[in-house]
Amino acid sequence: MSVHTLSIDGRPVAVEAGASLLAACRGAGIALPTLCHLDGLTPVGACRLCLVEVEGQARPLAACVSAAAEGQVVRTDTAQLRQFRRMAVELFFAEGNHLCAVCVANGACELQDLAVAVGMDHSRFPARWPRRAVDASHPLFTLDHNRCILCSRCLRACDELEGAHVWDIAERGEHCRLVAGLDQPWGEVAACTSCGQCVDACPTGALFRRQESAGDHQPRRDRAAVLQQARQQKLWRNQGEVPP
Amino acid sequence: MSGAVRRLRCCDGSACRNGGGIALRQALLAARAAAGLAEQELVIRAVGCLRLCGRGPLVAADGPGGSRLWGGVPPELASALVAAARGRRRRGQALAIPAPAHPPQAGPAPGELRLAGARLWGPCLWEPAPGRSPQPPVAPFDPSAPAASAAPAASAAPADPSAPADPSAPVASAAPADPSALVDPSAPAASVAPADPSAPAASAAPLDPLAPHQLDPHHPFFALQRPVVLECCGLIDPDSLDDALDHGAYRQLQRCLHQLTPAAVRDEIRASGLRGRGGAGYPTGLKWDTVALQPPGPRQVVANGDEGDPGAFMDRTVMEGDPHRLLEGLAIAAYAVGAEHGFVYVRAEYPLAIERLRGALAAIAARGGFGPGLCGSPWPLRIALRVGAGAYVCGEETALLHSIEGGRGTPRPRPPYPAQRGLGGAPTLINNVETLAAVPAILRQGGAWYGAIGDPACPGSRGTKVFSLSGAVVHTGVVEVPLGLPLRTVVETMGGGVVGGAPLKAVQTGGPSGGCIPAARLDTRLDYEAMAGLGAILGSGGMVVLGPATAMPELARYFMGFCVQESCGLCLPCRAGTVQLAALLDRLIEGRGAAGDLERLEELAGMVRATSLCGLGQSAPNPLLSTLRHFRGEYLQACAGGGAGDPAGGPPA
Amino acid sequence: MSPTRQPPKPRLATVWLAGCSGCHMSFLDLDEWLLELAERVEVVYSPLASDAKTYPESVDICLVEGAVANGDNLAMARILRQRTRVVVAFGDCAISANVSGLRNPWADGAGDSAATVLERAYGELAEAEGLAPPDGVVVPRLLERVLPLHAVIPVEVWLPGCPPSPARIRLVLEALLEGERPRLEGPQGLRFG
Repeated sequence: MSVHTLSIDGRPVAVEAGASLLAACRGAGIALPTLCHLDGLTPVGACRLCLVEVEGQARPLAACVSAAAEGQVVRTDTAQLRQFRRMAVELFFAEGNHLCAVCVANGACELQDLAVAVGMDHSRFPARWPRRAVDASHPLFTLDHNRCILCSRCLRACDELEGAHVWDIAERGEHCRLVAGLDQPWGEVAACTSCGQCVDACPTGALFRRQESAGDHQPRRDRAAVLQQARQQKLWRNQGEVPP
Repeated sequence: MSGAVRRLRCCDGSACRNGGGIALRQALLAARAAAGLAEQELVIRAVGCLRLCGRGPLVAADGPGGSRLWGGVPPELASALVAAARGRRRRGQALAIPAPAHPPQAGPAPGELRLAGARLWGPCLWEPAPGRSPQPPVAPFDPSAPAASAAPAASAAPADPSAPADPSAPVASAAPADPSALVDPSAPAASVAPADPSAPAASAAPLDPLAPHQLDPHHPFFALQRPVVLECCGLIDPDSLDDALDHGAYRQLQRCLHQLTPAAVRDEIRASGLRGRGGAGYPTGLKWDTVALQPPGPRQVVANGDEGDPGAFMDRTVMEGDPHRLLEGLAIAAYAVGAEHGFVYVRAEYPLAIERLRGALAAIAARGGFGPGLCGSPWPLRIALRVGAGAYVCGEETALLHSIEGGRGTPRPRPPYPAQRGLGGAPTLINNVETLAAVPAILRQGGAWYGAIGDPACPGSRGTKVFSLSGAVVHTGVVEVPLGLPLRTVVETMGGGVVGGAPLKAVQTGGPSGGCIPAARLDTRLDYEAMAGLGAILGSGGMVVLGPATAMPELARYFMGFCVQESCGLCLPCRAGTVQLAALLDRLIEGRGAAGDLERLEELAGMVRATSLCGLGQSAPNPLLSTLRHFRGEYLQACAGGGAGDPAGGPPA
Repeated sequence: MSPTRQPPKPRLATVWLAGCSGCHMSFLDLDEWLLELAERVEVVYSPLASDAKTYPESVDICLVEGAVANGDNLAMARILRQRTRVVVAFGDCAISANVSGLRNPWADGAGDSAATVLERAYGELAEAEGLAPPDGVVVPRLLERVLPLHAVIPVEVWLPGCPPSPARIRLVLEALLEGERPRLEGPQGLRFG
């Protein structure tokens, strides 16, 4: 197995060849902010929060989708990157209807935590206040589009782990929205196995179990990673690590 | 062209069709029949773009005297056009002048091939006119001819083609011509100055109804063109494989398959200095090498015909006017990189290009395919057509590949580049249509020949580039010129400057990914590096001329709105950032701007540019940033109105 | 009175715009520290601790709870801005419109959500005929959209939370009284919701 050594924020780091820059940063003990990334799912590089500066590159790279390479000099916490990340979080807040006070995920939300992490005390961008729907047609779960940040983690969990591919994204640009099945009410999509992996993958309160209140909402966000590792190790039976 | 053949070439491109080209061609066919002419006595052929789109429908006539060109001819004048094409010429007309000492394009150019009487490679769109001097000639004075103004108004009725025509009045052609006018100064004048000052101007009706429509094929708009990619566009029938073959199509593919190794083909392309014509300008030879040198296994080739920039129609011109040239280029590319399967991806908004390509592929299939049918080789290349579904971002190569695979048209991060992992995981070569269409000529004439085209001052920009000239310019249409030419030459000398003689304000290049070049920098050369240095790009070839009436913040808002519409929504900066940029521009333009808005605009534009996932988002702020750079005063003026912010908008400071 | 004149105490105001008063309730949860605060500042305008009916001049610090939802809110915001040195957007409604802004998505084609909610309240849900929506004289006219405070006036400090915890309110006030810029960072200092 070959190994790459690189420098991250001045620290020398060694990673397996093929590892992502995100993995390399984590290996160096640096917690990059992420939203669309979830261990166990294919990275897509959509939220642009894990951007890092790599010497010799004209633009910052999304660490989750960039391979670490030998001799790279990486910086993760420059003033420019901090500015970009804060603006990204502000754009997220301005784009949807994110009202922490009345959200089931209040206290268990990655977007809410990110606002703290990037030091956002208000969004400088006028809120869009889009009119979005709530899909409560499923017997077990609910989808609130107001809180969806289009990270596609639910889509990938359903597609890659459950193999059901209930979710997809419809429309373009600011009109993008999550759709179930062939743009049907979720409860009418026969392909849905009600496994709940999408709910556990959701970083915000867009997907939640019915009748959950804020304190109850405790998504198992490590579920995707546990399942993926179990597959790699061919642990086909539940040996206690995988939630029932 | 054989001197015996008289031929009318009717432009059948999209622009001329929109201008009534089909009705005119049908009227010409009827007029030919009415004149009792056989098909071979006067060939009437639909051809690809004749370039001067703004004056369509265009018709060119070839005959022993050379070529003539008319624009905007109504169908009612079809019989007059047929008569003119038959050579029923008026006494004293320019074409009767003996050949000048230096006819344009005399003799074949070095390396020019001739085959079965058809010229394969002509540096001129027009058949050489032995009777024409390069300068607009002055019609000889014929004392027997009545002055134009002396003719009664009644004679303005469409001329009887069989009747002896009225000669042109000497005063007409001797009068100083408007330098921007493309109307052939040697043609019988339409509205000549009355020789008799007492005669009312209204009586100066045209003697020859075709005169106002006759265009000067030696105008710089045509004369400065250097057709390489478009060398057969406008000459051949795009629906006829035989016509294309007569003009040398697939000769270079045959040569490749029988005489050249793939490496030798790539050597020629590398030597030519050809760069991607879709906008990014990546060296084509290098890209081909990258695909060819991947580990053994299947490869794919793709022609990117998803031309979507507003004001850009170069690729459409190629696909509509000479589809076999594109297919030959793609086939050669496939041979050079070791692919046996390829796609042509065309946007659905180009129905005529799709129709022509579909017909071309069907004709090749009917012959037995590229290898066995056209080249006598067992080479099993298959090329399929894919039609896009309307997403601009599908011009981005990874989104295009997703679309071909049947997925949602969204880009993915690179690397891996398609040259490493593309369609179905196979190394995939994607080139723009115009890039591929340059390949047959490069192989025929040699890479060094192509590399010698262009200005020595611009070593990075070799060969020719097709531009579509539109906006507030006098002559709109398609031009193919050597790279390195000053922008001024294209816009002012060829394009005739701004309509109405107004001062030029700027030239917008590269569409929503590009920028504006202000009038003060009009001597900038058409060079990848020089244009990028000004915050614009050479781009795919769209060139929109802006007159003094264009407000730059509004232009920026237009392009930002375009990007808002066309963002695929995958990454946040492009999806949400362009929306906020557009809202800020709205605020500014509607006079609700506040202090600090410009800084906020620049800050966010910088963020969207630096952090977006694909080229669409990364370049979306370019029109804004480039107009801010060159026309900041207009933005400051827009900001001056506000100050305290407004209840409906965002933060005031 | 002491012969040496004490420097005047900082003048503190709190304002309640379109909010639920929860931020003010949280302020009251400062409990005994309120006594200390009362020693250090002069409360010149507040729904909690002042009978003043008009916003006074020369206010040093103003905590503004709530979003800007109607004409009165807007007028008040503008007045307090003119007369105050440091304006604190106090709580999520002042910062983002928050729950008060929930009518915004229901804007009609012209961007007016007031018409939609008035029609809903006085038309569709009315039990009796003849109920007219407020005319803007007796009851202030609703703005088309509910706005955060910084959309209408410059703001110096943003103190998020729904409501902000008493500890964070104290953090901000103590910093301001020391003449420092409050540092709201990390989970201790920042929290929406």
